[in-house]
Amino acid sequence: MTDRRTAWRTFGAPLLIAIVSLAGLVGALLVDRGLDLVAGLAVGVSLPAVAWAFLRRR
Amino acid sequence: MRRSNIRAWSWIHKWTSLVCTAFMLMLCITGLPLIFHDEIDSALNPEAWTPAHPDGPRLDLDRILDAALDNRPGEVPIFMSFDVDRPVVNVTTGPTADAPGSAMHFASFDATSGELVPPADRGEGVMEFLLQLHTDLFLGLPGMLFLGFMGLLFVVAVVSGVVLYAPFMRKLDFAQIRRDRTRRLKWLDWHNLLGIVTVAWVLVVAVTGIINTLEQPIIDAWKYRELADLTAPHEDRPPPERFASLDAAVTDAVADAPGMTLQFVAFPGSGFSTPYHYAVFLHGRMPATEHIIAPVLIDAGTGEVAGLREMPWWVKALSLSRPLHFGDYGGLLLKTIWALLDILTIYILATGLYLWWKKRRQPQPAPLGAWAERSA
Repeated sequence: MTDRRTAWRTFGAPLLIAIVSLAGLVGALLVDRGLDLVAGLAVGVSLPAVAWAFLRRR
Repeated sequence: MRRSNIRAWSWIHKWTSLVCTAFMLMLCITGLPLIFHDEIDSALNPEAWTPAHPDGPRLDLDRILDAALDNRPGEVPIFMSFDVDRPVVNVTTGPTADAPGSAMHFASFDATSGELVPPADRGEGVMEFLLQLHTDLFLGLPGMLFLGFMGLLFVVAVVSGVVLYAPFMRKLDFAQIRRDRTRRLKWLDWHNLLGIVTVAWVLVVAVTGIINTLEQPIIDAWKYRELADLTAPHEDRPPPERFASLDAAVTDAVADAPGMTLQFVAFPGSGFSTPYHYAVFLHGRMPATEHIIAPVLIDAGTGEVAGLREMPWWVKALSLSRPLHFGDYGGLLLKTIWALLDILTIYILATGLYLWWKKRRQPQPAPLGAWAERSA
């Protein structure tokens, strides 16, 4: 496996979670109150990943 | 990654974490109830207060200021702020305008009658204690700067943790927890997973926390650099003994900054003004601007408007770092998520300590690079 593919495999999901979290953090600051729910859920995107790991049996 | 690099990053991760962990645990634990400060206040103080004249006009601010000073003879005004959801004006007084926070007195007044609003302060002592511990360890500026340095070490620990994540996770799937291996490996996997999925939030809260610890130096630099031209003409004169009308000053300030909303007034000599000016702070009305404050300076002796002073970027960064640190800008859902992420951070810190402790007790620890390979 190439270094790039290894890096993507290792950091792909965490990078996506980080981008969505940051978008939620900044979004909640900049958007109207009506979009608080969306921004809040984006900030909490890491929580389903934790729940998934907790529930997964391998 | 080369074995020597892994060893170097591991050393950085271990020592930056170890030095700051106790303080980070304290900050995470004290920060948890502070996220819900407003909700806890409301729950502990359910009595509803009503103004004397619910539909009546508001008194002018000079009368309310007089009422506040009658209530605290011998003190001077420092700040005045305004409740958003009820006709209440809050006045902070102290023995001098530059008195430290511990010497200040905060009281609220009915804006329709000037009467004192009974303080809703059940539980406030505990929250104040937690806030003070969280902010400066009861040590003032040195305590704030110390916690800022601990925050800096924590940021280095997080970054080095991300660097180490790659060699440790190279042969594992994302979110894979090795439950069938040793307890230590299971904890390591949880430590790595929780660390990597919360990294963006943790870094934002840590960096904004560091910026917040620099509040006093930032405000002082702003005063001395940005307001120097306003204080220069007054340098040889003492501060005015009689102040111009506060109500007129606030009215003029609001008129001078259309599209902005009144937030608070800093009186002459206070930390947020000069010895010669009222600083009337306003904020924008749009979501993107409501956290950015800017003062209109008014000569406290003559009532003459000196104009709106846009804050430089480094003061704006301080303004934005407050909501981004406290998580109080997106409703109860965001606060709840903030609390959950805070709890996860406590778990990361605790598992980090556990992993370090278990590794210390191993009779002959394998070289880190080889260990990372083997554990994967």
